[in-house]
Order: sequence, then structure tokens, then C-alpha cells
Amino acid sequence: MSPAILEVKGLEAWYGPVQALHGVDFEVEDGGVTAVLGANGAGKTTILRALSGLIRRSGDIRFRGRPIGALATEDIARLGIAHVPDGRGTFTDLTVEENLRLGAYVRADRQAVRADFDRVFGLFPRLAERRRQQAGTLSGGEQQMLAIARALLMRPSLLMLDEPSFGLAPLVVAEIFRALGGINRDEGVSLLIVEQNASLALDLADHAVLIETGGVALSGPSRAIRDDDAVRRAYLGY
Amino acid sequence: MAEFLHLLASGLALGGVYAIMALALVMIYQATQLINFAQGEMAMFSTYVAWKLMDSGWPYWRAFAATVIVSFIGGVIIERVVVRPFARAPILTSVIVFIGLAFIFNALAGYLYGYSVTSFDSPFGGRPLFGSGYMSPHEAGAVLVSLCVLAVVYAFFRFTPLGLAMRAAAQNPVSSRLVGIRVGWMLALGWGLAAAIGSIAGMMAAPIVYLDPNMMFGILLYAFAGAVLGGIDNPFGAAFGGFAVGVMENLVGAYVVGPEVKLSVALAIIIAVLVWRPSGLFGRRLVARV
Repeated sequence: MSPAILEVKGLEAWYGPVQALHGVDFEVEDGGVTAVLGANGAGKTTILRALSGLIRRSGDIRFRGRPIGALATEDIARLGIAHVPDGRGTFTDLTVEENLRLGAYVRADRQAVRADFDRVFGLFPRLAERRRQQAGTLSGGEQQMLAIARALLMRPSLLMLDEPSFGLAPLVVAEIFRALGGINRDEGVSLLIVEQNASLALDLADHAVLIETGGVALSGPSRAIRDDDAVRRAYLGY
Repeated sequence: MAEFLHLLASGLALGGVYAIMALALVMIYQATQLINFAQGEMAMFSTYVAWKLMDSGWPYWRAFAATVIVSFIGGVIIERVVVRPFARAPILTSVIVFIGLAFIFNALAGYLYGYSVTSFDSPFGGRPLFGSGYMSPHEAGAVLVSLCVLAVVYAFFRFTPLGLAMRAAAQNPVSSRLVGIRVGWMLALGWGLAAAIGSIAGMMAAPIVYLDPNMMFGILLYAFAGAVLGGIDNPFGAAFGGFAVGVMENLVGAYVVGPEVKLSVALAIIIAVLVWRPSGLFGRRLVARV
């Protein structure tokens, strides 16, 4: 097993006074893909929000061995952890290009940023066509591509995605997951994917974590989880 | 006809002041959905700073530049120290804080500099650059300065990464933090910019309305009317509204109601706009697809 880029131990999180996570443990391997699965309301999105410091949390969170559990959201982002939030987090009034420029906001290496623009336009040619368009007028699939492209412009070493397939047509979902596979394989970006579409996520992931009512019900290599009929029927519903 | 053109031209001069005050209001409104009622008194205080510097022998433009910088820093400090602790408080709390700030600056100016009405120098002596015959040199200069401020602010928000980050932070704070933008500082910068713009408005207004602690009261009201007229969520609509209100104020004051009740024109505009077109002339229509 290659060393973990992200180690999470005993993660707890709160929405106001309500505790939503009760001690979650998992890891993301360096260069690996971990899928977080579970039913609606189980706490999948909450895990990502807690990792990004968007809500109150406690527990041992380490990124490349460094504790990040007390850092502010913007400092976590600056370490190289990109978070594509649920609802895609589009800057709807800005143009596609401005959205992307914001992804590269903290970077000073202009030459490399320009190359990365070409790279994400190669990955999602439709964004290049709509470069000057107001981002709020994009379709859902295009906005998801934009969110991923914006995250890639941060040059992250860990990319966290919240339900990238949500509300999208199967063909678009396939395109997006193909791109994610390429990002992981060719560029070595580690992925942490929250998904409701379990079969899709398990195909991409090497490890999976099953979340139930704010805790880990089961975790392990994704192949083992996919091949276990009892688990599949009980938790994944297919 | 000559009188009409003269009223129009001098309306544009104060209109420019309203326009950039409206811009300052909109800047903070866009980031926080709050109207800074202290904006006028902050500008008035800045104008006193400029007056004090000139009084101690500084040349006009040096005092002007120093005042803009001091006001910017002051705005940032006010946001950090006074406004930020109430960021999560109910709207009414913030409104009370702003009103309190307004009274503090008003009283402080009176305490430090007295309540007597003082004249304030204009840097535009001699013949005006344009509009001579209809505009005094200062009025022409004030229009020019207002237009410059609008152009610089536009360029800043449109073409610089920092301007883009400030727009992003105002629009979607969570997404902004997720790309590493320090949203709290963007707000402080916004306050600094608004205070700096306000100080220019104050310095352009003072030669016309004279300097006293209450000089910005009416101006803020007209600026607010302009912002509402043009659309409070559209900076350049608001600026246009400021110019329009300046001209309307003059014409209505001269031909319809008389100068004594001119200020009610601003209130009438605010009420009329809110009744018939709440988003203003150039208010944003939301374009979104779900």
C-alpha cells in the first residue's frame, strides 16, 4: 500500500449544535481513488465540508502527514486540496474564463497557468467554446465540468468531489468520469469522491468507505465491496 | 435656455459626487447586502483630514492623495475592528452599528474641528476645461474627477486579479474560500475602497456645499436615491443614477418645488422607484439555469 496522502481518524463534525459525524476513519492513498458511499443524509457531504473546514469539526486530519484539522478553509485550499462542492459552486455572474482564473488565483507561475488552461480546455472542449459566456447560463453538465476545471487550475494533489454525477444525463456522467479517471491516472491527482451512484464510483475507486448515520459502516478495497452480494444489496441497492 | 443649461451642467457636477458616493454604497451592499449609513460621515471626516493637511501648508494634490490613502486605511481598520465582530449578527444589529458609526464621526468632527461652516479650496482655478459659461471651473473639474474615479474602479474590478477575487468573494463566499481567496480580507478591502472613493466625493463636494460636519447628510441621501434609481446591485447603474439625480434635483428644485424642499426630491425618487421598479433602471435580472 502506498503511503496515504490523506489520513482521517475520529472525525466528528457539527451543524450548529447538531452532531452530524461520530468518529469517521479512512484514508486516501497517494495517487489513489477513495469513494465515499452511502444513502441520502448519511453524512457524505458533511465529511468533505469538515475536511475543508467549512463546518465545525474535530479529529485527527492529516494531509501528507501534516495536521490540517485546525486550518481555515482558504489555507487548506492553498495546501493543494481542491474541493468541488455539491451544487458545483459556480460563480454564476462571472464568465467561464473568470471562473477558471479564480481557480488559479493563488498561483504565481503564470506560464504554467496558461498551460493548465490549455490542458483543461483539452479535457473539456465545451468550456473552450463557452469561454466568454456567463457561467450561470451553462447546462448542469457544463457547470460540473467548469467546477472540475476550476479545481484543476489550483494544481491540487488531492481533488475532493461531491456527487459529480448529480442530476446529469448518463452520457455526460460518463464523459465526466472518463475525465476524472484520466486526471487520476495521467496526472497522479488523488481523488476523494462522494457519490450516490455506487457502481460508477466503485469502478473508478480503489478503496471505498460506506457511511451510515454519521459513521463508517464498512470500508475496504472497492473490489471486495463490489463483489460482496450481501453488502451490495444491503447498502448499495443494486 | 441658458439658465436651463446652467442648471443641467451644475447638476452634473454634484451628480458626479452622488455617482461616486452611490458607487461606494453599492460596493459594500454587494458584498454584505447592507447599506453603510456611515458612508457619508466617513467621507465628511476624510474631507476634514484633507482640509487640515492643506491648512498646515500642504499643496492641494498632495493633501488629496494623502487623504485618499488615509481614508483607505481607515476604512480597512473600521471593517476589521467595528464591522467584522457583527458579521453574523442580525441585519438590524449591523444597521445600528452603521448609524452609531455615523454619529461618532459626526460628533468627532464637530469636537475636533468645530461646527462652523468653512470654505474648502478647489484645485481647479481659472477657466474650466470644458463647459465654460455653464459650469464653474470647479464644477467641470468635479465632473472630470468623478468620471476618472468611475473609470479606475471599473478597470480595477474588470481587469485585475484582485478585483476579480473581490467580485467573487461578494458573490459566492464559500466557493471563493475553496479556491483560496481570503474572503474576510476582501471585505476589508471593499470597505477601504469605499472609504477612499467617499473621501474623493467629499473633497469634490466641499467647495460647492462648504465644509461642515453635516455636509454629507443630503449628499448621502441623494447618492442613495441614485443607487436605488440605477439599481443597487449594479455599480454603473448606480453611478448613472447618481448623475441623473443630480440633474433632476437641480431642475426640479428650480422649476417645480423651489430650492427649500429640494431634498424631498431624493425621498420622492426613492419611494417612486421602490413602488414602481424595485430593482431600479439597470437592476440585475437573474440569469440562471438549474
